[in-house]
Amino acid sequence: MGKTLFDKVWDAHVVDSIENGPQVLYIDKHLIHEVTSPQAFNELEERNIPIFRPDQIVATADHNTPTQNQHLPVKDALSRNQLKQLANNCKKNNVTLYGLGHKYNGIVHVMAPELGITQPGMTMVCGDSHTSTHGAFGTIAFGIGTSQVAQVFASQCLLLTKPKSLRVTVNGTLKPGVLPKDVILYIISKIGTNAGTGYFCEYAGNVFKNMSMEGRMTVCNMSIEMGARGGMIAPDETTFKYIKDREFAPKGKDFENKVAYWKTLPTDTDAVFDKEYEFDAADIEPMVTYGTNPGMGIKINAKIPDLNDTSFEKSLEYMDFKKGDYMLDKPINYVFIGSCTNSRIEDFRVAAQYIKGKQKAPNVTAWLVPGSKKVEAQIEEEGLKTVFEAAGFELRQPGCSACLAMNDDKIPEGEYCVSTSNRNFEGRQGQGARTILASPLVAAATAIEGKIVDVTKTFSLEKELI
Amino acid sequence: MEKFTTLQSTAIPLEIENIDTDQIIPARFLKATDKQGFGDNAFRDWRFDKTGNINKKFTLNNPKYSGSILVAGNNFGCGSSREHAAWALTGYGFKVVISSFFADIFKGNALNNGLLPLQVSEAFLKELFTVIKTQPNTKLVVDLKAQTLTVEGINLQTNFDIDPYKKTCMINGYDDIDYLVSKKEQIEAFEMSR
Repeated sequence: MGKTLFDKVWDAHVVDSIENGPQVLYIDKHLIHEVTSPQAFNELEERNIPIFRPDQIVATADHNTPTQNQHLPVKDALSRNQLKQLANNCKKNNVTLYGLGHKYNGIVHVMAPELGITQPGMTMVCGDSHTSTHGAFGTIAFGIGTSQVAQVFASQCLLLTKPKSLRVTVNGTLKPGVLPKDVILYIISKIGTNAGTGYFCEYAGNVFKNMSMEGRMTVCNMSIEMGARGGMIAPDETTFKYIKDREFAPKGKDFENKVAYWKTLPTDTDAVFDKEYEFDAADIEPMVTYGTNPGMGIKINAKIPDLNDTSFEKSLEYMDFKKGDYMLDKPINYVFIGSCTNSRIEDFRVAAQYIKGKQKAPNVTAWLVPGSKKVEAQIEEEGLKTVFEAAGFELRQPGCSACLAMNDDKIPEGEYCVSTSNRNFEGRQGQGARTILASPLVAAATAIEGKIVDVTKTFSLEKELI
Repeated sequence: MEKFTTLQSTAIPLEIENIDTDQIIPARFLKATDKQGFGDNAFRDWRFDKTGNINKKFTLNNPKYSGSILVAGNNFGCGSSREHAAWALTGYGFKVVISSFFADIFKGNALNNGLLPLQVSEAFLKELFTVIKTQPNTKLVVDLKAQTLTVEGINLQTNFDIDPYKKTCMINGYDDIDYLVSKKEQIEAFEMSR
């Protein structure tokens, strides 16, 4: 029987197997940030265990950083202390840190791929559930808890039971205005928030083959929102082209040898998956969520479903929506374009294309937060900054920002925010804040109109820009 | 890690599905650099209203219910990988969480902190909610060695699954670091062979 992409990468990293128990899996790259690493550093120090492979760790500051005046000392004392501790821990243990203000700084799942740190066939972990993003490169990448961060510090390995395999195939042609974010929101709305629990997912079909790396990262990013520890897409010419010549990518002959290996990774035709789903691209429309988990999504012009279920009703009560309501025309005062899901250059290009020559609605506060210093620089180089500022949008400095609202970027209580992030949980964007997940195009259109509008009717995108 | 063998306790019902780790411990409390104090903010925005007053409707504030077992709806612990959620639950005093389904990362984090994620069938969970809500003084007995959950006073019992390696760790209070560090030579040999 043939092997899946996942099998090939996993099997190449097994150091040992415990009888009737987990396997010892070798980890190639360990990404860390300020929020989930301090307790792990403490643990090792208390037990007098050195960091085993500091060269394989890369640190960034992203979760708890301000998106304004990054050149000034961080105002909040607790945040400042957390960032200082990261810097001290990295220095003490010889770990590379791209801290606040560094030209490589950014959201961990944006900066690592754009620096060429993420490569096909690798195993990667980070104390963050959206580590699944890196699976876009054909990498086994997944989020871990802080105890596991300490385990990787101590041994560059983890004890894991091999997950089951799941494949989601989407073939066909996407309609204009349907972005990768809509594809993944559609999939999660169809299969639910725990369909992937216990599985590692592979996305297959021509829809993903035709996607840019940015789009593939958006899709893999949200694998965790259907419960899957990670999601992968087979590496191909798009992947190789993206990686080539990036700062930490292999160079010259080394790159060629790697490409030859990467080409052996895609799933064999006779491989069998434990679970499969198939969807038709033609059925997918721009999506919005109406509830408090990412599975509660509908087509932008559909009605909120009518279910008799306590958790469902609690969710609608929090959102102050009614069964059978339309999402279209709902007034919206906040728009956030950012997060590890949608803060790459392509996302800002799509937004700028819609926004150009228009004005933000007066009722809307619109924050645009690039995923990294590089994206920030590119926004300026491509002239997008001028477009955003002329339209009344606020372009901030890189970081996780209002996706989890650990810093000051909070949505006020009771307000709705159309957000390109990944979670619409209660209070996620601030206490009492109400999140509606959507693509950067829907978010941009909402900011212009001051309400949710059917983007398929108001605008058609040039196909090559999607 | 604290050892776990058996536990007898009353339980607190939290009959909500898809409880994510943002509810268990909101992001604004993740600024600490140690593991202490998270219990004070467990389920913060459900326990208290915006002005800091106790939300009397919330199950943890209901004087009827007490104990170190939390019984929660399907897909408990989904979302963020923050281990702070496990620290918040243990900090609050929970030793066991019962649900019909746990999210992967939470489950691992719980086991790494001596908090037992105990999975039961959807039907058993439903029955358990009914029993606790009608008779809050009912005691549950968790026997990790035998892998059984028994509801005292009535004829209700179920077996539960746990990875044998993790079971040994819980019973003995071991964590994975010692094991992995002991494999150092083998890991180095693996690195050389690549």
